[in-house]
Amino acid sequence: MIVFLIYIAIFVASFLLVKLLVHRSTRDFTARKTVTFGDESAVRPNRVAGVVSVLTIFLLWGAFTGSKWVPGVLHAPGPFIGDATFTYTAEAEGVAPDDATVTIRVFPVGEEVTAPEVAPGEGWAKNDADTVGAWRSGLVRVDRNDDHGRDQGHRVVAVNGTPIAPGGEVMTAFGRVGMSPKGTLNFEPSKGLQMEPIWLPPPEAVLARLREIAREGYRDSTLWEHLGWSLFRVIAGFFFGALIGIPLGYAMGLSDWFRGWFDPIVEFMRPVPPLALIPLVIIWAGIGEPGKIILLFLAALWIMAIAARAGVSGVKISKVHAAYSLGASKWQIMRHVIIPNSLPDIFTGARVAMGVCWGTVVAAELVAAEKGAGMMIMVASKFQLTDIVIMGIILIGVIGFGIDILMRLAEKALVPWKGRG
Amino acid sequence: MTGLVLENLSMRFDLPNGTSVQALKDVSLDLAAGELLSVLGPSGCGKTTLLNIVAGFLAPTEGRVLLNGHAVTGPAAERGMVFQQGALFEWMDVRANVSFGPRMAGKRERDWGAHVDHLLDVVGLREFKEKAVYELSGGMQQRVALARCLANDPDVILMDEPLGALDALTREKMQSLVLKLWKETGKTIILITHSVEEALLLGERLLVMAPRPGRIHKEYRLPFADLGVGEDLRAVKKHPDFAATREEILGMIWNMEEEIMGRTEAAQ
Ligand SMILES: Nc1ncnc2c1ncn2[C@@H]1O[C@H](COP(=O)(O)OP(=O)(O)OP(=O)(O)O)[C@@H](O)[C@H]1O
Ligand SMILES: [Mg+2]
Repeated sequence: MIVFLIYIAIFVASFLLVKLLVHRSTRDFTARKTVTFGDESAVRPNRVAGVVSVLTIFLLWGAFTGSKWVPGVLHAPGPFIGDATFTYTAEAEGVAPDDATVTIRVFPVGEEVTAPEVAPGEGWAKNDADTVGAWRSGLVRVDRNDDHGRDQGHRVVAVNGTPIAPGGEVMTAFGRVGMSPKGTLNFEPSKGLQMEPIWLPPPEAVLARLREIAREGYRDSTLWEHLGWSLFRVIAGFFFGALIGIPLGYAMGLSDWFRGWFDPIVEFMRPVPPLALIPLVIIWAGIGEPGKIILLFLAALWIMAIAARAGVSGVKISKVHAAYSLGASKWQIMRHVIIPNSLPDIFTGARVAMGVCWGTVVAAELVAAEKGAGMMIMVASKFQLTDIVIMGIILIGVIGFGIDILMRLAEKALVPWKGRG
Repeated sequence: MTGLVLENLSMRFDLPNGTSVQALKDVSLDLAAGELLSVLGPSGCGKTTLLNIVAGFLAPTEGRVLLNGHAVTGPAAERGMVFQQGALFEWMDVRANVSFGPRMAGKRERDWGAHVDHLLDVVGLREFKEKAVYELSGGMQQRVALARCLANDPDVILMDEPLGALDALTREKMQSLVLKLWKETGKTIILITHSVEEALLLGERLLVMAPRPGRIHKEYRLPFADLGVGEDLRAVKKHPDFAATREEILGMIWNMEEEIMGRTEAAQ
């Protein structure tokens, strides 16, 4: 909630700031347009906004995880670390109530610490000392070192002077002191607003983990093997999908019989998400490589068939007529008119198919795999290795994005006539 | 026997909803080799249908087309086509477009190279031969289409409003070019146009068609095309007969349009 409000605040503040500082930086024709609201072509991503947006995400991530990359002043309040104290008032049969102080050393989880040395103090209730990890809580058996124990009716009645009863609690400057139904105190140091590393590690921890896994590997395979296997499956599945799907789409675009035969199948399979096929593919082909490649093949097949079919139906009849009038044979029309004319559509389909395949391979590896990006984050999540999970998600996103950019570059280089017919 | 003969062509489109449209009815025509025929008529009178039948893209419901004595059954290289626009292959550069016909016929570059380069010179696109066609202006694209058709050396050239999408000035230049190419090559040409002036300037013969059903309304033999070869077309337009014929034809088409409107109104 707080994070969301801060996010909105940064969004608005940076918008106002940039508007104030940068007057009309665009100098091209669009800047001369007076109607921009509603003219989609006049809306272009603001570069400053893009940079601020990415920085904001890292800033919030760092601020709420106590990252070393974010200056300390920007950190959200962290958990309390250090020696916390509170006093309790105890009663026992036959003696007057007495006070004693509890000192609790709160330490970052993972460090070894010992309880602080304290003097026993005066009176029959003795001072106590203990340790509790940050973000954790601990029972404090204050009666154990007191002269009158439970057998003599020892009972805590107040903390820091505030009365407390079983099931109740008292908030102190260092955290919450609660009392169990049986009367035992427990101390929960204040957590602040930062996330505990096991829920969300700071960015530098993720980077460190990335370095470590890149160097040493994870689960008997190097990082490159994991990512390479995922990529290999995608490329193999896509390759076979395109190999069958494109000719199938052409056949559907060129022959009544093929169109009639495959239309119901394609139209039925198109809305079935590939993820829904995972169980069936596992039953039929197991969890090994063939199963995964079959799954990705199926994911790419329909997309490529539909793209090729659209490419054929998209050919202008005047081009085909012109080619026939120039004496071309059917085969030549296929080779010199229909195929080149359908390439832009096929590239669009290939981009979609690659995206779907990449998503599907990760999901399939989440279900079952020995190697792969999805398997890596699945196994890591079982051990609460959140840093590996986040690292995996980032890598998956980066690779998916990279694939799309490569496809776009290939499209630009190979079908420059796209959209110019 | 050389030339193009249209024998009693009729074309009826049977529509899926059970009705039918009589697009052409009993159209007959004799065109000698080397004649340039322009075809005029109100929209929907069957001009495109006629051309598609001659090209071989449509089979008429009745009648037949004979070219040099043999019947037309489908598209072939002997009958070239120039479309209004968008029929170039944008995945090929200008030269590859122009040489498409010879290449499909399996000829080698040494057989067609000189001819294609000559045609590119004639249409003024020598410097653009390596350009992508989508980088050219509309007028240049139509010149590519003309050159592509000529490079294939057809007997008959069929043009469906080839200059329809061009601006007035470009159009005038292209009209001169068509005339020049016609005289140089001696091709038989059928030219469909919406512009009465263009039909008069370019057509040796001029056919006015009437709609519903599509049929030949009137035929003219005109002197302007011969006058226009090698001359400024604007001078030809000053010929005393030119304005008179133009007015006559305009009035004719105007009346047909009126009649269609009247019929439509009456039907409502
Ligand atoms: N494929 C078709 N199916 C049904 N009717 C058609 C078809 N093609 C043409 N027609 C009809 O045939 C008639 C003649 O059409 P055509 O396209 O030949 O006219 P046109 O003279 O070329 O018109 P325009 O000058 O507008 O190009 C029209 O009434 C049209 O509706
Ligand atoms: Mg037409």
